[in-house]
Amino acid sequence: MAASGSSLKSYLLVRIAMVIPTILILLTLVFLLMRVAPGNPVTAALGGHAPPAVIKELTHQLGYDRPLYQQFGLYVWHILHGNFGTTITDKRQVTEIILQNGAATLELTVAAMIVALLVGVPIGLLAGRFRDRPVDAVTRLFGVVMYAMPVFVLGLLAQILFGSILNWLPISGQASPLTTALMTTHTNILLMDAVIDGNWPAFWDVFDHLILPATTLGLVFAGVFIRLVRVNVIRTLKDDYIEAARARGIRERAVVYRHAFRNALVPVITVIGLEVALLMGGAVLTETTFNWPGIGHALYIYLENRDYAAVQGIVIVFGLVVVASSLVVDFISALIDPRMRYK
Amino acid sequence: MSAASPTPSSAAARPRRALAPGLGRALKPIAEARGFARGMLWSGAILTGVFVFMGIFAPWLSPYRYDQYQLKGAAFPQLAPPSALHIFGTNVQSTDVLAQIIWGAQTELEVVALALIFALTIGVPLGLIAGYFGGIFDRILVLIMDAMYAIPPLLLALVIAFLLGSSITSGIVVAACAITIVYVPQYFRVLRNHVTSVREEPYVEAARAIGAGPFTILRKYIFFNVIQTIPVLATLNAADAILTLTGLGFLGYGVQPTQGAEWGYDVSRAVGDAASGIWWTTLFPGLAIVLLVTGLTLLGEGLNETINPVLRQRATTHMNMDEEDPA
Amino acid sequence: MTEPVVSVRDLRVYYGTPRGPARAVDRVALDIAPGETLGVVGESGSGKSTLGRGILGLLPEGTGIAGEVLYQGRNLVGMSKEELRHMRGPELGLIFQEPMTRLNPLLRIQEHFEETLRQHHPKLDRDEIRRRALEALGRTGIPPTRYKQYPHEFSGGMRQRIMIALALVLKPKLLIADEPTTALDVIVEAQIIRLLADLKKTSGTAVMLITHNLGIVAEACDRVAVMYGGKIVEEGDARKVFANPVHPYTRELLRSTISLETKSLHTIPGAPPSLITPPPGCLFHPRCPDAMRVCALKAPIEQRLEDGRRVQCWRHGPAEAIPDGGTEPLEREEIAVANEA
Repeated sequence: MAASGSSLKSYLLVRIAMVIPTILILLTLVFLLMRVAPGNPVTAALGGHAPPAVIKELTHQLGYDRPLYQQFGLYVWHILHGNFGTTITDKRQVTEIILQNGAATLELTVAAMIVALLVGVPIGLLAGRFRDRPVDAVTRLFGVVMYAMPVFVLGLLAQILFGSILNWLPISGQASPLTTALMTTHTNILLMDAVIDGNWPAFWDVFDHLILPATTLGLVFAGVFIRLVRVNVIRTLKDDYIEAARARGIRERAVVYRHAFRNALVPVITVIGLEVALLMGGAVLTETTFNWPGIGHALYIYLENRDYAAVQGIVIVFGLVVVASSLVVDFISALIDPRMRYK
Repeated sequence: MSAASPTPSSAAARPRRALAPGLGRALKPIAEARGFARGMLWSGAILTGVFVFMGIFAPWLSPYRYDQYQLKGAAFPQLAPPSALHIFGTNVQSTDVLAQIIWGAQTELEVVALALIFALTIGVPLGLIAGYFGGIFDRILVLIMDAMYAIPPLLLALVIAFLLGSSITSGIVVAACAITIVYVPQYFRVLRNHVTSVREEPYVEAARAIGAGPFTILRKYIFFNVIQTIPVLATLNAADAILTLTGLGFLGYGVQPTQGAEWGYDVSRAVGDAASGIWWTTLFPGLAIVLLVTGLTLLGEGLNETINPVLRQRATTHMNMDEEDPA
Repeated sequence: MTEPVVSVRDLRVYYGTPRGPARAVDRVALDIAPGETLGVVGESGSGKSTLGRGILGLLPEGTGIAGEVLYQGRNLVGMSKEELRHMRGPELGLIFQEPMTRLNPLLRIQEHFEETLRQHHPKLDRDEIRRRALEALGRTGIPPTRYKQYPHEFSGGMRQRIMIALALVLKPKLLIADEPTTALDVIVEAQIIRLLADLKKTSGTAVMLITHNLGIVAEACDRVAVMYGGKIVEEGDARKVFANPVHPYTRELLRSTISLETKSLHTIPGAPPSLITPPPGCLFHPRCPDAMRVCALKAPIEQRLEDGRRVQCWRHGPAEAIPDGGTEPLEREEIAVANEA
C-alpha cells in the first residue's frame, strides 16, 4: 500500500498548488471591489462625526492616501503575515473578530451541518430507493419546500411557535446573560467551554439556545442533501455492478444498502465542501435572525456602519474558509474512494 | 411537408405548424412527460403563473398601494391582526400586509428578470468563447470564476449591493446587479464545460473540415446544442435568485422601502414582532417567498427530469402475458 | 442423451414500449446439456441477451415473461423473486459484456467474494471462504497476491477473469456469458474464450455463450443456436451448422464474417426486423435472397432435420403446409425494402 500512500500525498500537494492562484485572485477581487466604490473608506465610516483633520490623519495612518498599487502590495503583504486588517470604526483587529465571533459561527454551522445530514441523508436515501412511490413524492415535496424556505422565515416562525406561543426554547442569543457571566473562556466555543469546566447547567443552557438556530439552518440545508442523495441513489441503482450483484443472487437489501447507498454517499462528502459557502451565507441570515454573536452578525453590523476595512477582512476570511474546506473535503474523498487517487 | 393536402382542416393546421417547427420539437418531451415529472411541471407552472399574474396586475388586484398607511385621512392601525379591512393584517409601519405581498410579487419578478437578462448576456457569450477557443483567456476566466465561487453567494451579493447602493438610486437595478454577479460564474461554468465537450463532437469536426469559420460553428452548431441546458438552469437560478434577493432585503440592502414592496424586507420588519407572538407579519410574506420559490423549483426540476435522459423514467407499460393472443 | 441442465420451452419475453409490446424473445425452445457449451449468435437486437437474462429472471421491471425455463424439474418462470434469487449464483451464473463497470469500485476483490459466498453459504468460516475464493481466482489466472486489491487496479481482461471466478466460486451448473469479450482486445478475448471452453473439462459447468462473433462460436462451442428477430431460426451441432448452414440467414451471416479467404466484404442488405411491428410471414423474408411467395404470407414451421438440426424456413418444408404456387420466388417491391432499411 506504499504506492497508494505516496500517490495520495502527491495528489494533495498538486491540489494545494492549484489553490494558490485561486487565493491570489480572490484577494485581488476583494481588494478591487472595495476600491471601485467612490470615496475614502475613512470618510464613509466616520462621515459627519469626525472633524476633517482627524479624517485626514486617520486616512494617512491607514495608508489610504497612497497610490493604489502600494496599497495593494501592503494589503497582500499583511495577509501573508496573517494580518487581515483593522476595523475603522472600533479599531479592532479582524483576526480578533474571527477568534471571538468565529467560535460562535463555528458552533452554529457545525451543529446545523449535523442536523442537515441527520435529516437529509436518510430521507434522500429513502426517496431514491422508493422512487416514484408515495414516500418519494412526500419527501421530495418536503425537500423542495425546505429549499424554498428562507432561513429567516423558518427561524422567525420557529421563534413564534416555540418561543412565544409554547415558551419552550430561548429565541435570541448564544446563552442566558447569567450563564455568560459565570462561564470561563477556554476556546470561545461555549459548548466546549462548559464541558471543560464540567459546568453542566451552563452546557444545557447553551444547548437550549443552540437548538432553534441550528435546526433552522440545518433544515434548510437538509433540502439540498435530500435532492442530492436521491439523485445519487437513482443513478447508482442503474450502475452495472448493481445488476452484477443481483446476478450473483445477493439479497436485495444488501444490494441496496452495501452497494447502492454506500456508493451514492461518496459525492455527499464533496458536496459538504461546496455547501460550506452556502452555509456561511445562511449563517449571516441565521445569526441576524437569532441575534447570534457570530461573524455573520459582526459583518452585518460593520456593513451598517460602512466600515470597509472590516467588511474586506471578513469577506476574505469567509473566502479562505470556503477554499480550505473544499481542500479538506477533496482530501477526505480521496481517502474514501480508492479511484480518486489515480485520477 | 407534402404538397397534396387540399382539405381545409389540414390547410388551416399548416401555418401553425410551419410557424415553429423547432419549438414543437423542443416541447415534445414536455408533452410526453408522465407521472411525477408532469405533476411537478404543471404545479410549478401554475404556482409561478399565479405570481406573475399578481406582479403584472398588482395595481388592480391590490386593495391598497404598498406604501399606503391611511384611507381617506383615517390612519391604518399598527400591527392589526387579520380583519375584513385588512385580510392579512397590518405591519409595524401600518401598511397592509396583503398589499405588500401583491406589490412585492412585482418587485421580485422585476429584479429576477433583470438579473437573468444581465447574467445571461454576460455569462453565455463568455462561456461560449472561453469554451470554444480555450487558451489563456479561458484559463484566466476560469480562475476568476473559481475565485468568485469561493465567496459565499449571499455575501458577494451583499457586498455588491452595499457598494452600489451609494451610487445607483434604483434599488431594483442595485439588487439585479448584485444577483447578476452571483450567477454569471454559474452560467459561465456550465456553458464552458458543455462547449468544451461539444467542440470535439464529430459533427463539429465535420463542420470545421468543410471550412466553416469559428463564429459560424459557434452560432450554427454549438450555440443551439448548448442552449438547451439554459431553460432548466435559468428557472432553477430564478428560484435561487428570489432567495438571494429576499436575503438581501432581510438585511436591509437592495430595494428600498420607498421604491417598492419587498418580501424579505417585510420579514425583517417583523423580527421584533416574533417575541410578542405576532405571526401575520412573518407568516404571509414568508409564505409568498416559499410558494414562489417552490413554484419555480418545481418548474425547473420538472423540466430537468423531462429533458435530462439520465433522470427520465422510461415509459414502461406492464406486460400481461396471459392476455396475449398466442397467434 | 443425458437430462439437460436447463430446458427452455416456448419462452416469450416482451418489453412494454409506448408503441406496443416489443417481442424480444418470441417462442424460443432450447436444451442445454451438462458440460455443454452452447453458442447463441445473432445481430444486435436479435434477442440473444434478453434470452440469457430471461433464463435468470433478471429483466427490467414491467417486462412480460411467459413459457417455461425448466431447471431440475422446476419452472423458473413464475417463481417468486426470493426463490429466483436463491437460484442465481449457486445454480445459474451470469457474466456480462463490459467487465470494467461490473465490480463495485469501493469494494476490494476480497469483499466481493466474501459477500457472494456468505450470501449462499452462510456457515462457511473465513479461512474456507478465502480458500475457495483463491482457488476460483487461481483457475482464472489471478494470483492470490491481488486478492486485497480494488477493481481499478486491474485491467479489463483481468476484471473479466475476476467476474468469471466470482461466478465459478459458487459452482453453478450453467454459466451464461453475455458477450463476455466484446469490450476486450483480441488476445485477451482468446484467453477468456479458452478459459470458458475449458470449464466443461474442469468442472462440468455448462456454458451458454452469447455472442455476435461467429469465430468465437466455431472455436469454443459444441452447439450453436442462431437467433433472428427473437426467434431461433437454426440450431444444431456447431461444426455441422458452420459447414453446411441450412437457413439462408445463417448462410448470409457466415458469408459476412471476415476470414483469411475474404476477398470482398459481404453484407446482408436491409435492417433487422422491428420487434414491435414485425413483417408478416417469415421475419427474414424482406432480406432473404431465397425468399418464396409463402415466406411473405405464413410464418415458417420448425422442422427437425435428419442430422438433429432444427430450422425454421419454408425451404425445408413442410411441403404440405405451403399453399399452391407458394414456392415461386417472391417478387419484391424494391421501394418497400428500401424504406425498411
